[in-house]
Parts: sequence; C-alpha cells; structure tokens
Amino acid sequence: MPLILNDEQAMLRDTARSFLAEQAPVAALRKLRDGRDALGYHRDLWKGFAEMGFTGVLVPEAHGGLGLGHVEAGVVMEEIGRNLTASPFVSTAVVAASAINRIGGEGQKAEWLPRIAAGEAIITLAVDEGRKHDPSRTAMKAERAGNGFRLHGAKAMVLDGHVADLMIVAARTGGAPGETDGLTLFLIDPKAKGVAIERTIMVDSHNAARIVLENVEVDADAVLGEVDQAHGALEGVLNVGRAAVAAEITGVGDEAFGRTVAYLKERKQFGRVIGEFQALQHRAAHLFTEIEIAKAAVLKALQTLDEGYDRAGPIASVAKAKAGQAATLAVQEAVQMHGGVGMTDEFDVGLFMKRARVAQELWGDANFHAERLARLSGY
Amino acid sequence: MADLESFRAETRAWLEANCPPEMRLPLKDEEDRVWGGRNAKFSSPAQKQWLDAMAAKGWTAPEWPTAYGGGGLSREEAKVLRSEMRRINARSPLDSFGIWMLGPALLQYGTEEQKQHFLPPIVRGEIRWCQGYSEPGAGSDLASLQTRAEDKGDHWLVNGQKVWTSYADKADWIFCLVRTDPTAPKHEGISFVLFDMTTPGVSTKPIVLISGKSPFCETFFDDVVVPKENLVGTLNRGWDVAKHLLTHEREMISNMGMDMASLGEVAKKAIGLDAQGRLDDPLLRADIARFDVDALAFRLAIERTGDLAKAKQGHPALSSMLKYYGAELNKRRHELMMAAGGADALEWESERSQGGTPARSWLRTKANSIEGGTSEVQLNIIAKRLLNLPGA
Repeated sequence: MPLILNDEQAMLRDTARSFLAEQAPVAALRKLRDGRDALGYHRDLWKGFAEMGFTGVLVPEAHGGLGLGHVEAGVVMEEIGRNLTASPFVSTAVVAASAINRIGGEGQKAEWLPRIAAGEAIITLAVDEGRKHDPSRTAMKAERAGNGFRLHGAKAMVLDGHVADLMIVAARTGGAPGETDGLTLFLIDPKAKGVAIERTIMVDSHNAARIVLENVEVDADAVLGEVDQAHGALEGVLNVGRAAVAAEITGVGDEAFGRTVAYLKERKQFGRVIGEFQALQHRAAHLFTEIEIAKAAVLKALQTLDEGYDRAGPIASVAKAKAGQAATLAVQEAVQMHGGVGMTDEFDVGLFMKRARVAQELWGDANFHAERLARLSGY
Repeated sequence: MADLESFRAETRAWLEANCPPEMRLPLKDEEDRVWGGRNAKFSSPAQKQWLDAMAAKGWTAPEWPTAYGGGGLSREEAKVLRSEMRRINARSPLDSFGIWMLGPALLQYGTEEQKQHFLPPIVRGEIRWCQGYSEPGAGSDLASLQTRAEDKGDHWLVNGQKVWTSYADKADWIFCLVRTDPTAPKHEGISFVLFDMTTPGVSTKPIVLISGKSPFCETFFDDVVVPKENLVGTLNRGWDVAKHLLTHEREMISNMGMDMASLGEVAKKAIGLDAQGRLDDPLLRADIARFDVDALAFRLAIERTGDLAKAKQGHPALSSMLKYYGAELNKRRHELMMAAGGADALEWESERSQGGTPARSWLRTKANSIEGGTSEVQLNIIAKRLLNLPGA
C-alpha cells in the first residue's frame, strides 16, 4: 500500500480540517481554560463529532459506527493536533472503542459501542499509576471476592476521568509489578462505591484525572477479556492509542512549524525579514526534515494497524518516538524563533509547546519507545 | 491487489530458487560490492551467478522498460520485489552509477538511439560509468565549472579537469558536464556529454583519502575527441540534465548504509548482554535505540517520498531532504559502529579487523555529507524551494 492517503482519506482530512478549524480552533481551548470550564470540553463540539461520524470511526457498522480504519482515526487526530482541540475523541472513540471492540464480549460490545458511536458515552482507559507510562508496573490489586473482584489502588493520567461514564481499569489479579502475567481489565462505573476522582488541571488545559479505588466491588461480568492475560490485548489497544497520539503530536508540531515559517517571512530585524538569515533557514530546513520523516512513520504505523494489527508493536513505537521527538523540537524552535512574543500567553505557540509536552508523555515518551524497540529487537 | 499478491508469490519462489545462499549474508566490506564493467571483479562465483540471474530478468533495474533491458515493473511491483529481497536479506546484485544516476537521466532526456545503445549494457552490468561533475574550482558552486567542449564540426574537443570522480580509474565510460558556451550566464552554457574513458587524452589519478582508500580520482582531459551524437539533451541545457541526475544521486546517497548489518546485532556480538538480556552498555544501547528509531522512520520517508512523486504530490527538492538526512544518519551509524567496536575497530591492518574495515568505512562516511552537494547546500535548497524562505 502506498504511504500516502487514498482519495477517501484525503477527503476525510479536508472535512476534518475545515470542521475543526471552524468549530474547535485554538481560541476554543483558550475559552475552556480561561472560563475554568467544568467539563473541559465543549459539549456541542462533541455532538458535532457524533454528527460527523468521527465518534464512530473505529466502531463497526453493526454497532452503529462507520467501521473505518486506524488511518482514518489518525487523520482526525492530526487535525485535532493542528487545532489543539480538547475533546474525548482519543480516550473514547479511539482507545476505548478499540478496547471494547477488540477485547470485549458480545454483550459488552452491544452495550457500549453504539453509545460511543452516538457520542452518548465517554469511556476512558485507566492504566498508568506512576509518573511514567509502563503497563507492566501495574500495582493496583483486584482480589477475588464472592462472584466477582474487589479492586484497590490508584491511577494517574486518566484522560477525561472526571467526565467519564465508564472506566476501563487495568489491575493485578496475579503476579507482581514488573511482570506481564496477572493483569486483568475491568469495566468500572465511576459512580460505584469506593471510587474517588480528582480532576487534575494540566499544563495543556486538556482533561486528566487521578483516580483512587478503595475496595471497589465488581461482578465477574465486569471483566473485559481474559483474567490474568490482559497484557497482550492491552498492548494492542495501547498501540492504537500510541499511533493515534503520534498522529496528533505530528499535527501539533507541523502547525507550530507552519506558523513559525510564516513568522520568519514577516518579522523584520536589521532591515530585513529574519527568514533571510541562514542561521534560521538551516534550522527550519532541518526541522522540516524531521517532521516529514515523522509523518512517514506515523502513517506506516496506522496502516500497519489496519493491515496486521498484531504486528504493529515495533512500528507504533517508532512512530510515537519519532513524532514525539520531532514535535518537541518543533515547539522549542517555534518559541525561540518567535522571540519575545513566543513567550507571551497571548500568543498561541506556547499552547502548542504545552500540548506537545503532554502528548509526548502520554502512553510512553520517546525514551520509553526507543527502549521498547531495543527490547523487541533483541539488544 | 490480487495480481500483486500473485506477483509476490512468484517473486518469492523465484528468489528462493535463484538467490544463492551466500548472497543472503551481509556484505563483509565495501570490497564485497559488485560494480560490474569491462573489468568486473567478483569475489565469488555466487556473485556472478546472482548478477546474471537478476540481469536476465531485468531486475537490476526493475522499473526500467523491458525495451531497454529493464524489468518493466510497476512501482508497486518493484516495492514487492524489494520487500521480498529484504525478507531473505538478499544483497543488491549490482551497484551501479549507470542504474542509479545516468539511466534515469537518459530515460528522461536521451534520444531513442541513446537509450537503445546505452541502457541494456547498464542493466547487464557490462559497462561501468563514472560521473564527471566537480572541478577544483567548482564544488558546492558546481555551475561555475570550466571544462570546455569546443565544437569542431564533426566532433567535440574536450579539455579540462574534473575532481572527486568516483571510481574514474575503474570506470569504462563517463557522463560529464562541459562548458559549450563560455559567454553565456553560468547555468546556461553547460552541456551533458558521454564518452569512453579509453579515449586518447583521458587520464586519471586516484586521490588517497583519510580512509587510506582511493574511491575518488582527479580526471584530466587533454584534447579528448567526443562524437557529436554523444551529447544528451539540448545543447547548452545540460544543467537541466545535471539537476535531474543530481536528484537521483541524492536519493542514492540517502540510501547508504541501509544494507549494513544492524547496529544492535553488531554491538551485541562485540559487547554482550547483561542478565536482563540488554546490551551491556546502557548509554550505547540508548544511542543505538534512538538511532534505530530514526533509521526505521527514515526508510519509510524514502518510501513515502517515492509514493508522493508517483501520485504527483511530490516535490523535486524532497531529494535534498533525503540526501541531507541520509548522509547525517550514515555518519551517525558509523560513529556508533566504532563505539561498539572499541579498540578492535581501531586496528588498521589486522586480519581481525579485515584490514581495518570498520575504521576505513567510518572515515569514508565523512564524505557523505560533502559529496553530491554538502549538507549545508541541501539545507539551502530545502529552505529556498520547499519553505520558500527569501534570499537563500
């Protein structure tokens, strides 16, 4: 398959681009932030996502979705990145939809997938506990109790945690932190007894929460997939999230870069536009190169998820690492090349830097993924 | 798509039957490459067997038309061939400036007679070509070249000097930029000519590099007679041909090192693993892992750039992007190879080091960001032509 978008995908990109630029530009994020919005996303926008079909992009048609692929989800993510759009798209329509569709039983799919596609349920994956992403380090306990399980522990970086209708929680039914065996996924109602949710206002003004489960009791049918054997399935779903966030962060970096190149052509110092200075030209050209290379890796990761879901691990890591690294450079150069105005809150480039930092960290930063690639490569 | 899958199955079976096992092992060193030509050297019978088998199918130049000896494959089929060759670690059967650089220019600018005459021997690896571009006074500023070709009615008379001519001492023919109108502005008086290196008046002198090897020569032309029909493209418009060819040269250089053994494997053998199965040097491991991320992503960028061009969404200056990054990446690869090799890699003459191969290869790569346009020139081109920055 060629490493470019096909006609339908390009059309979807154009549609998403104009929709988001109109409905959810950077100004919309500022409004959420400055108004200390309780939801942290615009409800009307989310309705719009459902009307456009975006919420159902990965939901099979039988469950009311569009049944499209990961490339299409990535196309939307990249445009979300360009506009710094705050929405439950990645938590719900990308990761939770994949988790339930890939791992869930028929009853679970029938209950939740149509609601995801309709924009009626926000669902989030709660996996990380410490400062850094590492699913095998999961310590949250799930002990057998009666017909079900009793969960105890804490989660961090739970996207949209304070507005979620359902949480997919990774917990340990066996083994010890650091081991891959013994992990199980549970569907937890955020309103269940013993669940405490703390919304954490983040640097990028996107939604995240900390969650504490104190002896939360669930039935056996709350298990998503197989008991003790969730690690492989979880990695699969995380690969979807990683590739999708890699697409988003590429959009973040590319937009910051585009704005910077435009500024280089307009800002005058020493009687000429600063884009004439070779010191800046070479840095801009290098940055262009890094971003183009990241785009190729991201598209390949998304295509691989569509063509051979089970072998997407290494390329998802390459994409997340490369995109994270390129976008990190892009936002730093953006602030530096904008000079003083780049440091002001009024100017948007700082917001791109903030989102890039969070997206870099989400589901494994460039170091995590380079390390994972080394391990998968046997050295 | 079904056709492509059956092509894949046929290709896999054919490669299985025709690629000798020896040709599925990594190159031992640069000397292990097959360049063909009148004085072709093969370090084993398998090399010749592999070249002949591939050349008979036209698969040394898979996408060239069959009328000129090529494989006549579509871009998608050629990709399948490459991926099937990679799958069994098949070596390139033939390294050739004729295939990488001259051929694409002839297909674009050559006459039918020129294509018929020059392309088939390139596919078969019978004629080895070299490139006469740089001169002592024309490096990054290539268009200021001074080698003259005077119109003598029934022939051209060529006088001047080239430098950094890769393998001029081993090549059979040269494609050469010459000045045919000294009064025109510098880009508009250049023509592109082809001639036999055995023509009287052609002489070469190898240049010893820091690697101790001499892949480049000084090349001198003293009243060299070149037939009129050996001019490619339009008189005084040779710069167009040169630029077209340079994009192919840049793509060729950007691919350098892609067929080397993986750094992780090399380092594992040299340094060993710790109790957790990780390379027993955490900082080197981190450097190699970051390198692998970049190298794997870069390979995809090469593929994507080709796909964009095919879909008419590309830009010729993207070859500068690939050249810049590929050259810097290959230098990084060899820095890490040296770090992994440690003291062993420093031996210059021993059998253990195969005659200093790691160190000599490492030093050779330093030219990657100079030859075919320096990294700085590539960045200038990206800034000017892709980013439209002013005055670059």
